[in-house]
Amino acid sequence: MDLREKAKQLLESGEVKAVLGFEPGTHGTRRPAFARSAARSEKLTFDGEQNLASYVTRKEVKRLGRVALAAKPDTLRALLQLMAERQIKEQDVLPLIEDGAGQVSELAGAEAIEQHLALSPKELKPEDRALLDRLGKMTRQERWDFWQGELARCVKCYACRSSCPMCYCEHCTMDCNRPQWVPVPSHALGNLEYHMTRAMHLAGRCVECGDCGRACPVGIPVHLLTFNAEESVHAQFGQRAGASSKLDYALSTFRPDDKETFIR
Amino acid sequence: MADTYQLSSASLDLLFAALAADGRRILAPTDRDGRSELNPVSSPAQVARDYVQTALSAKETVFPKVEQLLSYTLKPGEVDLADAVPKARPTVLFGIRPCEASAFAALDAVFNWDTRDAFFNARLEQLAVIGMGCTRRDDACFCTSVGGGPGSTKGSDILLTPMAGGYLAEVLTDKGRAIQALAPDAFQPADGAGKAALLADVPAAFDQPALTAKLPALFDSPLWAEQALRCVGCGACAFVCPTCVCFDIQEEADKAGGRRLRAWDSCGYHMFTLHASGHNPRETQGARWRQRVYHKFSYYPERYGKLGCVGCGKCTRACPVDMNLQEHLVEASQVNP
Repeated sequence: MDLREKAKQLLESGEVKAVLGFEPGTHGTRRPAFARSAARSEKLTFDGEQNLASYVTRKEVKRLGRVALAAKPDTLRALLQLMAERQIKEQDVLPLIEDGAGQVSELAGAEAIEQHLALSPKELKPEDRALLDRLGKMTRQERWDFWQGELARCVKCYACRSSCPMCYCEHCTMDCNRPQWVPVPSHALGNLEYHMTRAMHLAGRCVECGDCGRACPVGIPVHLLTFNAEESVHAQFGQRAGASSKLDYALSTFRPDDKETFIR
Repeated sequence: MADTYQLSSASLDLLFAALAADGRRILAPTDRDGRSELNPVSSPAQVARDYVQTALSAKETVFPKVEQLLSYTLKPGEVDLADAVPKARPTVLFGIRPCEASAFAALDAVFNWDTRDAFFNARLEQLAVIGMGCTRRDDACFCTSVGGGPGSTKGSDILLTPMAGGYLAEVLTDKGRAIQALAPDAFQPADGAGKAALLADVPAAFDQPALTAKLPALFDSPLWAEQALRCVGCGACAFVCPTCVCFDIQEEADKAGGRRLRAWDSCGYHMFTLHASGHNPRETQGARWRQRVYHKFSYYPERYGKLGCVGCGKCTRACPVDMNLQEHLVEASQVNP
């Protein structure tokens, strides 16, 4: 059964209220699509880049009811992490996966997702790995200069935040104004504090899908900031976000046998 | 009626040198990792060759993303207030598209609506536009549906149209004639009769006056919420838009003093029009998306007698989830209230 047939079946039986997948977009691109009726599922495809898990925490989508979504490994990781952080319940979403022959099946429940993901360990794209390595080899001054140059082009449209499946906070620190923690305008300090805060908040939580970088309208590789934080957590604590639906978050976990003495 | 000339590729060097000698900064599209962006240039060789549009718009030349309006210092019993002086310098925008050139009129409608905005006007007065007619377009373009065109002269002081060996040059305004006078030899008299054949073909996609007339009756249509389901609520569309004019006023202060800044804002944000009570009249993304469409196609025409959209398609290209504006407007044109 392909995605269209599956979507039709799920919508007609009422098992889900919407199926999220992709459809053809402007100049040959693919874009996220919501099918809420069998008729609308005709164009649905698995072929698209965005991490559709970013939609399941949006209030407009939650109001629809249970949704099925065309899920790539990074989407599944984000769903598990959202379950671990208690932002969604496993029964709220029905991930659909596609095998090599285009056959679609359901991955109902966190355990099924965990088992499926265990088969394909997270690998960064070679170009992202190469960029991270390049940045890692720079001196602190060179790295600072690199990011100063990149962030000077940021206009603070928050496309990175809005596209991120883990940036679900209803009231982001960036939007707090009593007190105002971070300057709102897109000047040097405002841009730097925003991106630093976001990278730190995603350390240990980033599923490394890269949607933030893809979303940037001016092409700043912002995903490298959160990737670097995530890779650092992985190297030091052996954890990867999105591996389990049980919360095991390095930066908020206390263990009496922690390797660092200062925390004991 | 414009004076029409021919400008050879070689004489463009002459023109750039003359502009620089006159103390003018030249901003033009340059390439960067597959996108183009406006940057200062000194020679035509630096200008991007193969662009449809820059990612960001030229509005930042008159309405920067952040700008200081005033500053103050605090002493016991005393406030020392200083107005900011706009940092305007003579600038030539070279190579922006006719759609973008026409967008300054939409900004002007707001910044000179009741009070004349000193900052906007100081920059606009120092700005001259050498537009570049379009010989190519992409799927996001829809200028001809909103009163523009690939060869429209609106908003340009000089409009160039690429042709074999150089450009057809239409000198349109006093600012344009002042530029021509800086390098008179660069401009050779020519016949502009062949212009239309040089331009990209951009058929109109929808009937804008009919859409504008219909919008009030479509206000409660479920269409907007349906269209906005995939919108992620960022500000990319508004920030790349050459006509989006919403701004936020921010105060950055400590015990010794502070400054007041104006910064770009967007109707896509969930805090847009959030009241102090906690109520928000545009509580959902669908309501905010409708606001975006209505502001440009209903409220702007009603208040200012012009559109708040020039059909450049930058929003469509910038959107991380392809909220294609043209497609959504076509869809709105086709539904019955």
